[in-house]
Amino acid sequence: MSQTTEFTPSGQLQLGVFFQGVNSGTVWKAPASGSQTDFESFRRIAQTAERGLFAAFFLGEGLRLREHLGRPHALDVAGRPDAQTALAALAAVTTSIGLVATQNTTYNDPADLAHRLSSLDLLSGGRAAWNIVTTDNAWTGANFRRGGYLDHADRYTHAEAFVETAKRIWDAWNGDGTVRRVHHSGKHYTVDVTPRLPRTAQYRPVLFQAGDSPEGRDFAARQADVIFSAHPQLADALDFRRDIVERTLRAGRGANDVKIMPASEFILAATPEEALEKKAWVRSLQIGPEQAIAYLEQFWGRELQGYDPDGPLPDIDPVVEETSETRGSGFHGAKARQLADQWRAEAAEKGLSIRQFVSAKTSRGDSTFTGSYTEVADRLAEYARTGAVDGFNISPWLIPTGLDDIINHLVPELQERGVYPTQYAGSTLRENLGLATPVRSAAGADAPTVTAQA
Amino acid sequence: MSTPHTLPGSGRGLLIIDLDGAGSHPAARRVSPAAPDAALDPGHVRGAVLAAESAGFHAATFSDPGLPDTAPAERPGAWAAARLNALQRAAFAGPVTRSLALIPEVDTVYTEPFHISTQLASLDYVSGGRAGWLVAASTSAADAAAVGRETVRGARLAGEAADSIEVGRRLWDSWEDDAVIRDVPTGRYLDVDKLHYVDVETDNYFVKGPSIIPRPLQGQLPVLAPAGLLAPEAVAAGAADALLVSAPTPGLLAAELAETRAALSAGTAGTASGASGPALIAELDIVLDARGQAATERLAVLDGHAAWQSPRARFAGTAAELTELLTEVLAVADGVRLHPAVLDTDLEELSRLVLPELRRRGLLAPNAPDATLRDQLGLARPASRYAAAASAAVPSPKPASTTAAGAEN
Repeated sequence: MSQTTEFTPSGQLQLGVFFQGVNSGTVWKAPASGSQTDFESFRRIAQTAERGLFAAFFLGEGLRLREHLGRPHALDVAGRPDAQTALAALAAVTTSIGLVATQNTTYNDPADLAHRLSSLDLLSGGRAAWNIVTTDNAWTGANFRRGGYLDHADRYTHAEAFVETAKRIWDAWNGDGTVRRVHHSGKHYTVDVTPRLPRTAQYRPVLFQAGDSPEGRDFAARQADVIFSAHPQLADALDFRRDIVERTLRAGRGANDVKIMPASEFILAATPEEALEKKAWVRSLQIGPEQAIAYLEQFWGRELQGYDPDGPLPDIDPVVEETSETRGSGFHGAKARQLADQWRAEAAEKGLSIRQFVSAKTSRGDSTFTGSYTEVADRLAEYARTGAVDGFNISPWLIPTGLDDIINHLVPELQERGVYPTQYAGSTLRENLGLATPVRSAAGADAPTVTAQA
Repeated sequence: MSTPHTLPGSGRGLLIIDLDGAGSHPAARRVSPAAPDAALDPGHVRGAVLAAESAGFHAATFSDPGLPDTAPAERPGAWAAARLNALQRAAFAGPVTRSLALIPEVDTVYTEPFHISTQLASLDYVSGGRAGWLVAASTSAADAAAVGRETVRGARLAGEAADSIEVGRRLWDSWEDDAVIRDVPTGRYLDVDKLHYVDVETDNYFVKGPSIIPRPLQGQLPVLAPAGLLAPEAVAAGAADALLVSAPTPGLLAAELAETRAALSAGTAGTASGASGPALIAELDIVLDARGQAATERLAVLDGHAAWQSPRARFAGTAAELTELLTEVLAVADGVRLHPAVLDTDLEELSRLVLPELRRRGLLAPNAPDATLRDQLGLARPASRYAAAASAAVPSPKPASTTAAGAEN
């Protein structure tokens, strides 16, 4: 394959929607907020997105309910369906939108996950994708046979072996009806399987990945088709693009081979003033007084109910953490005390109350596009022109109607500017994202070929 | 929700059809009017569930027999094993159908119980409460090798199946029905007193809980298991809501059903589950006279391609003869699951000749569009086991010593 060493902006943007479900980003207190579990909410969002020619519909994955001070977290939206099950149902009521399942490499088996993703890809006519994530903690592992056994440092080594095994499984069917057997014997998994499913309309599921550390970026540059990035600001996005292009070239792939779609939030209205008012309203619902206190309690490791959400940050110190190591974003005691000192100083300096401070910390400030439809469309056109990103992954703050104004007002503005599709480019997700068909790898030495009467 | 009905016979009058690619016969795809790759075609799944629903079947099962033990090179045709994941086929059918219950076969030996439980609960949501679980316990060494585990054999299979059912059922109960409160004045989305750790410890693993999805619409999905898979104690304890009963020939089915029922009542004497026990569903392979060809001829052609190895009784004959047989069986069973040799061909005959006559004779349960699978089985919607426990004892809050933001994303 001739590989492009020079990155060329496509001049186009794609949109995806991330039905995020579980955190303070989803406003459940608004009267228009619907069910987070009823299938109708999922159908409504997916069909609306498809009406707006969105490339992809994303679902997150739940492996353990969020906890707060040792009990399930009460204040934010919680509870969501299994991603692939919900996407299989959506495959029946959509025709063109990509269906992306976030799935963990730590608590799945490669042969089983690769099989189910192939199955979803066949069921959807080539519209499936896998958003690859890794987890290392025993706290999540407490729900699984496999338990929690992974060193943090091993996460990407492990994930990469997993992804490569999955790719070999998707590569296994030869054109002549024979199948390569796939063996993998590694530190974390042993796989020995003769895959049951043929290649799909888009060859294999599209791969998304969201790691941002240097290791995560290299992993994506080697393995992924699309990066679900955390760099939506234009200058930052351009830097990120340059960095990813370099890493992609070093990995022996073409400069345009890895697409970038940052996570984003849109707060839009007819006028800039209305949009700002709307933003204040959305933020007040996202971080209420209870969430503000609870947010600090996470880092203080103790109850702070006596503190006034509209007053200054707590003057008491966090309790020493002894068991936080495996809880995802927990902190050791010493680190927590340091953080508390830092935050108190920061809040005092800016004159922020607990609620204002937490709102600033948690609002995905950088990733929020606020403004009138025309304003935001002009901003987005600049991303398309410079090639900073290939599109945006939108987390709606309202379910199930949160995409309506984007589809009805922003999309037409983008189309008028010539930076957004006016029809689906093809029937598969790979075609719609402008990705090339993978090149089949040579048979491995350990891969005897067997006959399949397909 | 419909109320449980009473029929002239002793049974509930449920008709279930197995939807497995081109048909249950391993050579079905060679003679089927559907494309040979029906097992991989979403259009065929859609057509099959709609045809089954409009024929008046109450439920469909979706097979997932796992990987064949024999390498396909030695056993040509083994790749009849190529099929889409059963749970996904059922989920795909959810928004397409209105009254057909959807029951995927899901293995319990080489799968993660937590994943299975949430997948099945999700299926209940996408189907509006029409989901069930056909429990399987893989005996295939190839399934074990695929996930790098040792092959589980013998009595341990029953143990794995029972453990997985127990985890599934506890996770389904781990959110009480009214756990999502959306209480704006207090800022609480959840009432955490209505969420429960399940803390299931088996010989092989531990599952903490709670589930990551609220309680399924049916509360508990009905669990179906082949008779003989689970230990009698597990059945007596209520692990399964229905048992699938097989016999070597159609003539022996009635006796086998009677024997199974007798064994069940002996086993449950003096226990809480009492006389009700699981529903009994008779298993039957069928080949019908169709399109001017006698059933026996059709079967001979199919068997010429590949032998039909099946543990079930097999009926080959006319639609009228099948109607008589089903009339007898439905008098002693709660339902029958039919495995058509060639789906498109045999379903057409069933739909045209067999189901209308059974319905005319008053042997079939009504098809209520909004009935749950529990309704169809005459099962009430149970309260969460933890709801009862919680009202008896107030849970003590844990010390505020740990912090977690969770691993979800």
